[in-house]
Amino acid sequence: MKTFDFTVTDKLGIHARPAGLIAKTAKEFSSEIVISKDGKNAVCTKVMALMGLGVKYGDRITVTISGGDEEAAEKAMMEIFATNL
Amino acid sequence: MKIFKGKGVYGAAAAGKISVFKRRDIQVKRVKVDDPNAELLRLEAAKAEAISQLREIYERALKEVGEANAQIFDIHIMMIEDEDFNEAITGTITAQSVNAEYAVASAADNFSQMFSAMEDSYMQARAADVKDISNRIIACLAKADCQSESGGEPVIICADDLAPSETVTLDKDKVLAFVTAYGSSFSHTAILARTMNIPAIIGLGDDFLREIKDGDMAVADGYTGEFILHPDEKTIAAAEEKRRSDEEKRELLKKLKGKENITIDGTKISIFANIGSVDNIGSVLLNDADGIGLFRSEFLYLENSDYPTEEEQFKAYKRTLESMGGKKVIIRTLDIGADKQADYFKLDKEENPALGLRAIRLCLTRPEIFKTQLRALFRASAYGNLGIMFPMIANVSEVESALELCEQVKEELRRDNIEFSDNVELGIMIETPAAAIISDRLAPLVDFFSVGTNDLTQYTLACDRQNPHLEQFCDVHHEAILRLIETAAKNAHAHGAWIGICGELAADTELTETFLRMGIDELSVSPSFVLRVREKVRSLDLSK
Repeated sequence: MKTFDFTVTDKLGIHARPAGLIAKTAKEFSSEIVISKDGKNAVCTKVMALMGLGVKYGDRITVTISGGDEEAAEKAMMEIFATNL
Repeated sequence: MKIFKGKGVYGAAAAGKISVFKRRDIQVKRVKVDDPNAELLRLEAAKAEAISQLREIYERALKEVGEANAQIFDIHIMMIEDEDFNEAITGTITAQSVNAEYAVASAADNFSQMFSAMEDSYMQARAADVKDISNRIIACLAKADCQSESGGEPVIICADDLAPSETVTLDKDKVLAFVTAYGSSFSHTAILARTMNIPAIIGLGDDFLREIKDGDMAVADGYTGEFILHPDEKTIAAAEEKRRSDEEKRELLKKLKGKENITIDGTKISIFANIGSVDNIGSVLLNDADGIGLFRSEFLYLENSDYPTEEEQFKAYKRTLESMGGKKVIIRTLDIGADKQADYFKLDKEENPALGLRAIRLCLTRPEIFKTQLRALFRASAYGNLGIMFPMIANVSEVESALELCEQVKEELRRDNIEFSDNVELGIMIETPAAAIISDRLAPLVDFFSVGTNDLTQYTLACDRQNPHLEQFCDVHHEAILRLIETAAKNAHAHGAWIGICGELAADTELTETFLRMGIDELSVSPSFVLRVREKVRSLDLSK
């Protein structure tokens, strides 16, 4: 299992566009990728749940990745967060 | 006359007849079914149809409003495919043995309530997206045509609210304005209306809905947010006048969009756009600019209460570069001084801020701020076609120092294994008379010059551009300024550099011919001037 924390610096937070991007990328991996914020979780392949987390500017989130390709998935997720959020 | 007050989301006006938007209102009834499996099959077919419609709309939006705005339809597709949403629908069908229409509607209700209940007004607006996709699936289940019909003369479309896909599928030539009772300025519909240049007013309320009738005259003024029912002649004439001038712009667009910037005798020039924020990219694309000739990076600093981080800057630059595809984007490094500063810079008050510690001078005295920006810029360079330019150059040593810092930043990125482009063009602003006069010594150091005519004028003529009493002394066509530009152009070309103009003079069509004859390679103007300058260029014949 891999896990990393991230503080969102995008003004709108995880809005429609980044949620779409995260979900698309998550679907490329077999690992389960979960974002948690304040005890609420969302599986990253689910775009509605991701938007439903309501992650805003300045929020600290935890990303947990577990599965066969977790290393590659972690790298891809870090990249998305760093460049889009 | 009766005036309703709403919120204008796109500044433009129109007068015309009302058309009350008729949604194919499909009443969803809960019906027991004998064979839930057959309902699941119907659902799958309807979803596939909805997705294929959305793909088409996406393609259409891509052409009309650009990728960044078209993406919402891509996200609509993902929402239709969303696991939770689908489980909710199929769960209802199988557990309750009910029709697919009802299952879709009730799942959509739950999800849109989830969004409506969120604190953030941006996320609340996503409830409309959920409703939009569910209506689409339901329409497909009913095999109804999801497109809305419109025919005859152009009308003001009035509705309770409009879904993004409804906005984009309406025939734009038949729409004078979008006017809605509800909606939010964060909605994708508002964003789309803005990018399509159609006057739009939202939030006119229930009274408005009750009083509108098909065929009644009205005026929609997106500048003021006013919707005027049964307007008098004067009001109509004023709105018509505003509309005519907008129409002229649209005509220009139709005539010149996609055309080359080429004179009758075959001389070509690039026409770029100036922008002051990432939000302006839509109008850059819409007005068909060849690139961005001046991206004023100050807004990242002025909007913030503290220095913007490397990450924040990187994201803004990357988004701009990606939105512009492979087109050139020239970002000017921080141009800030005592007259235009953010508090956290804590700059001393100056007697003469225009002649003070500003722009490159400030950056070179506070290299840590400058390097943060340069790192963000070079990192973003991997995502498009970037040029970087330094403002307020007066000395060779300033250019050398700036280039040296660029080398340091690139070295650090290489060391950290961070990707950047090797083809970033580096240039300087020619906005002091000194820079123009020694342009023969500056040109060998850089890839391009960009003439900032506003400052060049004020420094050459010793005229404060903010002082209204100086207008009669401040001849923007002064020979001294034109000679300085010509000198810079000659010297740039002698050393293999190119030269553009990004100040207000670039949009002055009285000078377009003069600039072309000097051999200026690029003019960068406000997005709304791009096509006007193109029109001028195409009317000139330099062989005469």
